Amino acid sequence: MKAEELSPLEIREAWDRRRAGSRRFGLTLAGLALALGLSVCLATAIGRMDLGWGEIARAFLNKIGLSSFTLDRTGEVVVFHLRFSRAVLAALVGACLAVAGVIFQGLLRNPLADPFTIGVSTGAAFGAALLVVLGVEAALWGLSSLPLGALAGALGALMAVLILSREEGRIRQESLVLAGIVVSTFLSAFISLIKSLDEESLSAIVFWIMGSFSGRGWVHVGFLLPYGLAGLVLAAFNCRELDILALGEEQSHYLGVEVSRTRLQLLLAASLLTAAAVSVSGVIGFVGLVVPHLIRILAGPSHGRLLVLAALAGALTLIWADVLSRVILPGGQELPVGVVTALLGGPFFFYLLKTRKGRGLW
Amino acid sequence: MVIRATSLSLGYGARTVLRNLDFQVQRGEFVGILGPNGSGKSTLVNALAGLLPPQEGVIQLNGHDLQAVDSRVRAQTLAVVPQSNDIRFPFPCLEVVLMGRYPRRRRLGTLTPEDLIAGLRAMRQTTTEHLQDRLVTEVSGGERQRVVIARALAQEPDILMLDEATSNLDVRKKLEIFELCQELHRVKNLTVLCAIHDLNLAAMYCRRLIILKDDGLAEDGPTERVFTSEILSAVFETPMEVARHPRTRRLYAVMLPLSAGAPDEPEILKAVRLS
Repeated sequence: MKAEELSPLEIREAWDRRRAGSRRFGLTLAGLALALGLSVCLATAIGRMDLGWGEIARAFLNKIGLSSFTLDRTGEVVVFHLRFSRAVLAALVGACLAVAGVIFQGLLRNPLADPFTIGVSTGAAFGAALLVVLGVEAALWGLSSLPLGALAGALGALMAVLILSREEGRIRQESLVLAGIVVSTFLSAFISLIKSLDEESLSAIVFWIMGSFSGRGWVHVGFLLPYGLAGLVLAAFNCRELDILALGEEQSHYLGVEVSRTRLQLLLAASLLTAAAVSVSGVIGFVGLVVPHLIRILAGPSHGRLLVLAALAGALTLIWADVLSRVILPGGQELPVGVVTALLGGPFFFYLLKTRKGRGLW
Repeated sequence: MVIRATSLSLGYGARTVLRNLDFQVQRGEFVGILGPNGSGKSTLVNALAGLLPPQEGVIQLNGHDLQAVDSRVRAQTLAVVPQSNDIRFPFPCLEVVLMGRYPRRRRLGTLTPEDLIAGLRAMRQTTTEHLQDRLVTEVSGGERQRVVIARALAQEPDILMLDEATSNLDVRKKLEIFELCQELHRVKNLTVLCAIHDLNLAAMYCRRLIILKDDGLAEDGPTERVFTSEILSAVFETPMEVARHPRTRRLYAVMLPLSAGAPDEPEILKAVRLS
């Protein structure tokens, strides 16, 4: 069989078609980024205290030193230290969880894997809660140790789940989520126990298990950022390998991927992201599960794009989930944000499962 | 030489599948690896691909210990087409083929025109060009296998290893793949190693045969010497007759019913039957 040579025209066409794909990605990216910016503004404006846009704008201009309006001090605090910081934190946590979900799904080749379903989130919450109870919270070189406790918990839980679902050297897909639920339920009980023994209020338990941004602010953004960024960078650095690993370990090896090292780095990245998120917000489910699947439908399976878009979409999702959790109850109390994500995410995932049955979840 | 195996023992855990193999493969050889089920064909391919570390002995690739060769360098030299390809993620076929460029791309570099050309050329060679935009999860098993072969060719390797890679293809596609290997072998001096069940396919294309049996090399030599009624009958414990096709002048084997007995029953077979 003698294959004729490629003509320059054919090459050009294929090149342009790939470029068109990049353009679609760019547009989606721009759209999501725009939506994210708008959402942060809206989330800052929405709340029990009625503040006009003018007031919000003035508070911001003051803050960055472009103006010096005389303002009601309460307004400024509400805008900048309560709502804006909270929206930023929710966005960061959402991004971390969604990216962690993308990594776990691709690496474990399991469409149901996310930080919550495989027990890593609860592991992180357990680690962080334990650190608080033992009173060994300390700052190392200006970094909070809380995310480190969460990271230890996350890695511990991950290891337990992987060992539990392993059979003859292979991870059994069916056992993975099952093992995750077992570990997660067990550790949830443990969190409740240690918090009760410590005679803390019920709300502390609810915080870790259901997740909440109540009373969180800039200091928590500071907790999360270094660890979250480290996780994101590690993930971005390995995104092409993640594409190949999704084909399976054997084929990845044939293509020249250092399988064990890459897998370790990616698991570490996902655990870092989960730990960073959980240490400031507790366990928030479904974001890491639903958001990646939505983006897969929109942008295909390529992990480089998936990571970027899922980060933005996760941020968007959690900003709005948090707004809902603040305003949905008529009495003015807050709902744990994990309740909102589960209430929305559960039925949505059910819908995905049903409508995309024929072609699988990918 | 390209590959040299010295006192090689291979196996899994406590079980040893192949013992004490010694052989070399020179650049530009076309080698078939034959043997009954469970004789260790896939084990040998996995080891030569660096996937399975030897229990004993050494495999050298271009003079370096295969286990110590950097994985990207290894994948630039050696491409493997496995038996089955369970790809669950809906990548377009072109993207799957372009993954073959991984060992030749810079770590975070973008895809270059050279990468794309190598991918397109590999798809043309494997007649999968029309599948470029189709999702790899939605094409037929035979098409997917050819896409994976294209991915291996996109690696632009010196050595191509096929592990029963054409078993699930129809006759025409099988021949097309082997013709392509032969062409690359001839034009680019590609070294081909294929573990293969189909004796006649092996006889038609492979110039040298390595036959595995009872945890060792039963035979290793030029096809003309090794592909005989006696050897095949003994190795496969089946009466076989080898003849030369009048038109192609190639050897081919025909199996006879087990009750027929081998034409010239070798001593080994008699012993097997008596015991």
